[in-house]
Amino acid sequence: MRIVVTTENCISCGVCVDSCPFASIEMRDDKAFITENCQFCKACMSVCPAGAIVEQAEEGDSKPAADISDYKGVWVFAEQRDGKIAGVSYELLGAGRRLADARGTDLSAVLMGAGEEQAQELIKWGADKVYHCADPLLDKFNDEPYSQEMITLIQKYKPEIVLAGATPIGRSFVPRVAARLRTGLTADCTSLEIDKESGYLLQVRPAFGGNIMATILCPNHRPQIATVRPRVMKRAEFNESKKGEIINVNSANLSSRTKVLDTVKEASECMLNLQEAEIIVSGGRGMGEPKGFKLIEELAELLDGAVGASRAAVDEGWIPYSHQVGQTGKTVCPKIYVACGISGAVQHLVGMQSSDIIIAINKNPDAPIFGVATYGIVGDVYEILPMMIKQLKEAKEA
Amino acid sequence: MRIIVFIKQVPDTAEVKINPETNTLVREGVPSIINPYDVHALEAALQIREQKGGKVTVLTMGPPQAEEVLREAVSLGADEVYLVSDRAFAGADTWATSYALYRAAEKIGFDIILCGKQAIDGDTAQVGPETAEFLNIPHISYIRKVEEVGDNSIKVQRLMDDGYDVVESSLPVLLTVVKELNTPRLPSLKGKMAAKKAVINKLNLDAIGGKDIEMNVGLKGSPTQVKNIFAPQSQVQKRELTGTVEEQIATLCQDLRRIKCA
Ligand SMILES: Cc1cc2nc3c(=O)[nH]c(=O)nc-3n(C[C@H](O)[C@H](O)[C@H](O)COP(=O)(O)OP(=O)(O)OC[C@H]3O[C@@H](n4cnc5c(N)ncnc54)[C@H](O)[C@@H]3O)c2cc1C
Ligand SMILES: Nc1ncnc2c1ncn2[C@@H]1O[C@H](COP(=O)(O)O)[C@@H](O)[C@H]1O
Repeated sequence: MRIVVTTENCISCGVCVDSCPFASIEMRDDKAFITENCQFCKACMSVCPAGAIVEQAEEGDSKPAADISDYKGVWVFAEQRDGKIAGVSYELLGAGRRLADARGTDLSAVLMGAGEEQAQELIKWGADKVYHCADPLLDKFNDEPYSQEMITLIQKYKPEIVLAGATPIGRSFVPRVAARLRTGLTADCTSLEIDKESGYLLQVRPAFGGNIMATILCPNHRPQIATVRPRVMKRAEFNESKKGEIINVNSANLSSRTKVLDTVKEASECMLNLQEAEIIVSGGRGMGEPKGFKLIEELAELLDGAVGASRAAVDEGWIPYSHQVGQTGKTVCPKIYVACGISGAVQHLVGMQSSDIIIAINKNPDAPIFGVATYGIVGDVYEILPMMIKQLKEAKEA
Repeated sequence: MRIIVFIKQVPDTAEVKINPETNTLVREGVPSIINPYDVHALEAALQIREQKGGKVTVLTMGPPQAEEVLREAVSLGADEVYLVSDRAFAGADTWATSYALYRAAEKIGFDIILCGKQAIDGDTAQVGPETAEFLNIPHISYIRKVEEVGDNSIKVQRLMDDGYDVVESSLPVLLTVVKELNTPRLPSLKGKMAAKKAVINKLNLDAIGGKDIEMNVGLKGSPTQVKNIFAPQSQVQKRELTGTVEEQIATLCQDLRRIKCA
């Protein structure tokens, strides 16, 4: 495939030149020209007002593998640590159920390690089938046995779609699976849909530090595999009486050249709190000084919430890194997120913008945080926060 | 110890902005840099060399101008650099990138490969583990500390969501690193001189497999395709607050209590 400009249609506006993230379009003889640097991202195609930029098939383009239609069903990898199922697994079951319904097929979970009880739990959360792999080598996460087991299962049962959490575990072993199976893997997706016409999985993910979103397809290879960012998809419905089938997988020939010698838990209370919290009150550079976080803490406490922060506040040393929300901190999805003195840089937004309700307090009415805020209050945090605290206290006492 | 470091040239995404009117990337003046995580991978390689002796080879796949980051790597202390570059490699997704890097690494030979945790342009974190699978060697992701380097094994700390694991692996192995691992050094004067004179070894399609692997590299070798790209949009349901600041806060606090109880 090539991306080409049909010179007859090109109106020489130059919009595409600026749209190319790779600087690979030039004006030559007053017409757009796509150079060899083209990375096929198609950004130019969507901005060309004249529709002059098109995809052109080439000899040697990859074609659908012959057996694509043999692949059926949606699978989710149900992550567990110490026998406890990770929260993202329920979100995957939620997303997987939607996709399975859209494809008119079954939803299965793959559980490595843990026990019968956890397998049953997955069924109640929506899995029609659970492939339970109970080999001692799988109790603790280890890349090689996890990927070997997953590869064997996929080769045997041929699912059409496989989802895993975009966690340290999912993002580490799933690439091995995709490499071995010669298929595509889309990292860190924030939205998944089935294309009505083709039936393909439309995988949306952020790129360039969250500055743009890309829709990715894997048309000619199966399964279509994606890792999904925790806390952006809705959890599945829990149904106590749901029935399903547990398939006990007898793992054969698992081996590993790496060995986990020790597992050290370090997460502070607050870090866990942050991801579980229904309400988060976060402070940014606008708090001005470490003392400002006393107000943040007071409000958080009144609301039974947790304390978050922007990177700027963490860099200033006002609050430890474990509180940082954003691209290089935690992704959170509380019911209510209160952003105080935070400008709303994309790197912060990617970590909190799927919160149900966002309240922004900022003295600059043009701060980008207002763009994602449900409620916006333009004003000084040192005026607003004490007022909120006072009112909430009075209401509590009343 | 033969160590290969994979580095990638990326646009400095901190500088990339979206033009809200045209929904396009504003690229002007955005500098190209070594992917920040890869600088930590290189630092780790240099420290292992200082301790165990050996050679640090730096490798990048990219267009001809990616040569710049290789020179920078020499200025930091790399012994030898390779540019994997060919028209046929263009448009590669992580599968096809990893495939080409695997062929190149195999040709050069190694005991340890070091990668960044992820590249900041795509943020996929897939190229390391995929390359390890192609090479049929183990890998350990997100390492935050190297505890011990033996002649045939290595012991590291792997960062997890709730703490860290201590993991041991036999060699050869591929490691991906996080920033906590170390503080990278700055280029020395001697290094800067060396960078100017450095020989850039080049590997094209023919050098790593030729026609036989054509269907596994570049756009043709990539199972994933970009359908389209677009500016992030939020569908926010705005609730207007009116009146004086006190009144606004009163409304807000009422709503807050209601939502909280819901
Ligand atoms: C690779 C990379 C990763 C990053 N990762 C993250 C991340 O994970 N999380 C993150 O948060 N950031 C991250 N950043 C940084 C991000 O780009 C911003 O620099 C940061 O979020 C800004 O923090 P801030 O909003 O607190 O500060 P500023 O941008 O300085 O904003 C302060 C705001 O406070 C307002 N203000 C000032 N005084 C008052 C007052 N008295 N009352 C009310 N309002 C006031 C101002 O109007 C302003 O809008 C990352 C950056 C890069 C390059
Ligand atoms: N084109 C490339 N050339 C060399 N190394 C690369 C390339 N792409 C990715 N890498 C390595 O793989 C790591 C992860 O990249 P990614 O999977 O793209 O997030 C990077 O930090 C680099 O070490």
